[in-house]
Amino acid sequence: MMKRDDCLKALARQVTDADIVLPVYSTAFDWIDIRPHPLNYLSHGAMGLASSHGLGLALGRPDRRIIVLDGDGSLLMNLGSLVTIGEVAPPNLFHFVCENGTYEANGGHPIPGRSTVDFAGFARAAGYRAVHEFSDLKIFEQQIGAVLAEPGPVFVDLKIVAGGPQERDYSRLHGPQVRKAFREALAAG
Amino acid sequence: MQVSASTEGPALLGGGSIIREIKASGIEYVVSVPDITTSEGLLRPLAKETKPRLIRVCKEDEGVGICAGLAYTGKRALLLIQQTGLLDSINAIRGVAVEYALPICMMVGLLEKEPGVPPLQSKRYGVRIVEPILDAMGIPYHEIETDADLGKVRPAIDGAYAASHPVVLLIGRRPA
Repeated sequence: MMKRDDCLKALARQVTDADIVLPVYSTAFDWIDIRPHPLNYLSHGAMGLASSHGLGLALGRPDRRIIVLDGDGSLLMNLGSLVTIGEVAPPNLFHFVCENGTYEANGGHPIPGRSTVDFAGFARAAGYRAVHEFSDLKIFEQQIGAVLAEPGPVFVDLKIVAGGPQERDYSRLHGPQVRKAFREALAAG
Repeated sequence: MQVSASTEGPALLGGGSIIREIKASGIEYVVSVPDITTSEGLLRPLAKETKPRLIRVCKEDEGVGICAGLAYTGKRALLLIQQTGLLDSINAIRGVAVEYALPICMMVGLLEKEPGVPPLQSKRYGVRIVEPILDAMGIPYHEIETDADLGKVRPAIDGAYAASHPVVLLIGRRPA
């Protein structure tokens, strides 16, 4: 198991100013402190939809890498998106799931199938071009740069535990200023 | 909020005419879960076109997210679904389209609505509740019952993108 914030720091070192990143819930609160950037797409409107927003962005901006940082509970709410993404096959979409087996933002209750569900298997069966699983931070640090250079759609299952206490101010994710900053940054380039 | 259907003019609704209006509205992507009302007359011919590009999704709320992502990139999209899918996606529409004020344009076939009967007067509960729900959510909608109503399509879509708000086009009979 990896600590989520360590994992995200390793990922952030490979993310460029041109990349669009869509982190969800607890991952988002870690991410916006690690990599504050106007091209963080934080307002998803309903749990589970990040991968679908990501697909729309990937279609509309094929010149940019779209990096979705999903949660396992979130992905379970939108498993069909794996199939849709597999069929559309955008080469610029990178779909990570931070798997900790819980609905962390909703009280830490276990997800259904916590001990049996195989997210990488789902993605593989749905037609993602490449699928990876990481549970060792050193190996993840060594390989993440190469993973982000692969043609997508790429799926990455990160076996993680939460990094530590968070202050969850949801206006940092859903406030209108967040969407305004994103819109302006995307339009600028 | 309601813009009623025409009660005069041609009796039928042409799928080719709807597609022309969709194209004229600058729609580049149609995102769809099949709807029995529009299946043969609209979705099947759209699937044969290369533009707009058809994206088949597994569930309607996926489509709300996809259309939102496309909207941020300046690409216009139309979510083509059945009212059952609209009802199933209310939370996504609430969060993404209404609270974020995004131009999510939905063309919604009214399953089992009687042709020529206004939705509010349908004998079908699942049809009657659609417009009151849209009213409660503050989402503008337009009834499309015959070709005479097709002049509403482009202004509705242009208006949604100009003012950044959702809009629903309710298809009241099977297009021929």
